Amino acid sequence: MNQEKGVESAVGRRPLDSGRQIRRPGRPASEVLAEAAGATKRFGELLAVDRVDLAVAAGEVVGLIGANGSGKTTLIRMLLGLVAPTAGRVRLFGEPPSRRTRARLGYVPQSLGLYEDLTVAENLAFSAAAYGSSQAALQGELAEAGDVLVRDLPLGLRRRAAFAIALGHHPDLLVLDEPTSGVDPLQRARLWETIRASAEQGAGVLVTTHHLSEAEQCDRLVVLASGRVVAAGTLDEVVGDATAVEVRTPTWEAAFGTLDLAGLPVGLVGRNLRVPGADPASVGRLLAEAGVQAEVATVPASFEETFVVLAT
Amino acid sequence: MSSTGASWGCQGLSVRYGATVALEDVSFEARAGTVAAVVGGDGAGKTSLLRALAGTVRPAAGTVRRPPARRLGYVSAGPGVWTDLTVDENLDFAGRAYGLSADELDRRVAWLLDRTGLAEARGRLAGRLSGGMRQKLALAMAVAHEPDLLILDEPTTGVDPVSRAELWRLLASSAADGAAVVVATTYLDEAERAATVLVLDRGRALLAGTPDEVLAATPGLVVEGTARPEGIASWRRGARWRAWSPDGSAPPGTSPVTLDLEDAAIVAQLRQDRGRAA
Repeated sequence: MNQEKGVESAVGRRPLDSGRQIRRPGRPASEVLAEAAGATKRFGELLAVDRVDLAVAAGEVVGLIGANGSGKTTLIRMLLGLVAPTAGRVRLFGEPPSRRTRARLGYVPQSLGLYEDLTVAENLAFSAAAYGSSQAALQGELAEAGDVLVRDLPLGLRRRAAFAIALGHHPDLLVLDEPTSGVDPLQRARLWETIRASAEQGAGVLVTTHHLSEAEQCDRLVVLASGRVVAAGTLDEVVGDATAVEVRTPTWEAAFGTLDLAGLPVGLVGRNLRVPGADPASVGRLLAEAGVQAEVATVPASFEETFVVLAT
Repeated sequence: MSSTGASWGCQGLSVRYGATVALEDVSFEARAGTVAAVVGGDGAGKTSLLRALAGTVRPAAGTVRRPPARRLGYVSAGPGVWTDLTVDENLDFAGRAYGLSADELDRRVAWLLDRTGLAEARGRLAGRLSGGMRQKLALAMAVAHEPDLLILDEPTTGVDPVSRAELWRLLASSAADGAAVVVATTYLDEAERAATVLVLDRGRALLAGTPDEVLAATPGLVVEGTARPEGIASWRRGARWRAWSPDGSAPPGTSPVTLDLEDAAIVAQLRQDRGRAA
């Protein structure tokens, strides 16, 4: 079950769609911008990251998916050069992470990293000065909000401001932590337009998330559990042939109680039930023995169901 | 226990904070034995709706049907637990606040500790729990007295998928026992698990119904292609573009997709923005 799915083959193998030409000159499409090879980090007894291979190439969006405590944050900290690996290798733009590589990186943490008591324009100017880059012009709604203190902005605009600032020095690699959490679907789609535009202009993007709606925006996923890569590939490849048992019943309450009591990881979807990774015959038998009338079928697992099975 | 067939909710609800309109003419139903999802981004009005349902905010207009306060369970956004108390003390405190007898309290606490997997952490300060465990504790506290109406404000925000699945199993378990469960979330893929969905946008109902009804009510056609279609509203879905064709025709280079709630909400927002602009 927990076999690794083609981690090393994942770099630059995806053909570019028409309209996805990389416009930045002098860089091949497959250039690896960030790379971890056998990266390992030990904190005393705790093996936080265990021989992880990960690569982000120019022009692609890679999703790093993991539960809390999976090693996701430690891996990102290694890639950012904030902690050194205990073993293995981490490379940014072909060299060990350093102050110099830091200047080619744009990072948007979940907390957004903005100065709340400065205006949007002041945040932008401050960041441009720190990077020694020219200040990008604010556009659209964000331009109108240029003189507003960040703390007075709605979350959607605050997120866009954080993006504008992270992109201000035209980074080659973007690292985004749950980039669209808390915003509505249209705002989420617009934020992804910005992320995609950066990738199409040649940047590599690494997104950490544990939400399906963000995972499905990525070209490739790397799934971490207990510090190890447990699956990698496109979303379809990660889900693979994983299945769930779907239970249709006029009395979901009784069916739920029966399966829950039996210790199965039963989930509610509308008025149907789903049991990821279960055997349909044994689910049917449990329900029949409890006198619960139900139709039982095997269906493809969702990404989230697959993830929970992989991570536990 | 819960009264079967009971239905809670609101009709024509408006909520204002001074001059700010938080909710305008929103109707919503939460039936016993079901999970209803309230979806929207930051500032959409989710918390105002939940507070009005719980009776902690006075409506400017409209009516609210809710059980007596003692039959309500509420998990607010944020910690929702006493961080300086242990897991046991938190559960004890919540159970007593709802007037459980010592015997009932013992029985419920044992059951909840087992169900939430918090038994091993019962002596730990709530402030030292992980985000997922803390949310499970907050939920356990809210259901200690087996409420008729259980209201949860973004219980899964910042919670990883493993804990999220456990939280959903717990709230489904409350619904299976007859409670009406209302859960707010910013994620539509999560709302697909609920029996009914209400999508809020800037204080108004954008979409409402069962997930199937919401999908069926979306006019026109949603299509997908590798390049951005010209002349119609479009948005990204991974490396590809999705677009909404109001007249139901698929532009060249695109093909129809199976609609999901995310698409339905985007189309509804696009239509509303168009209506506003017109």
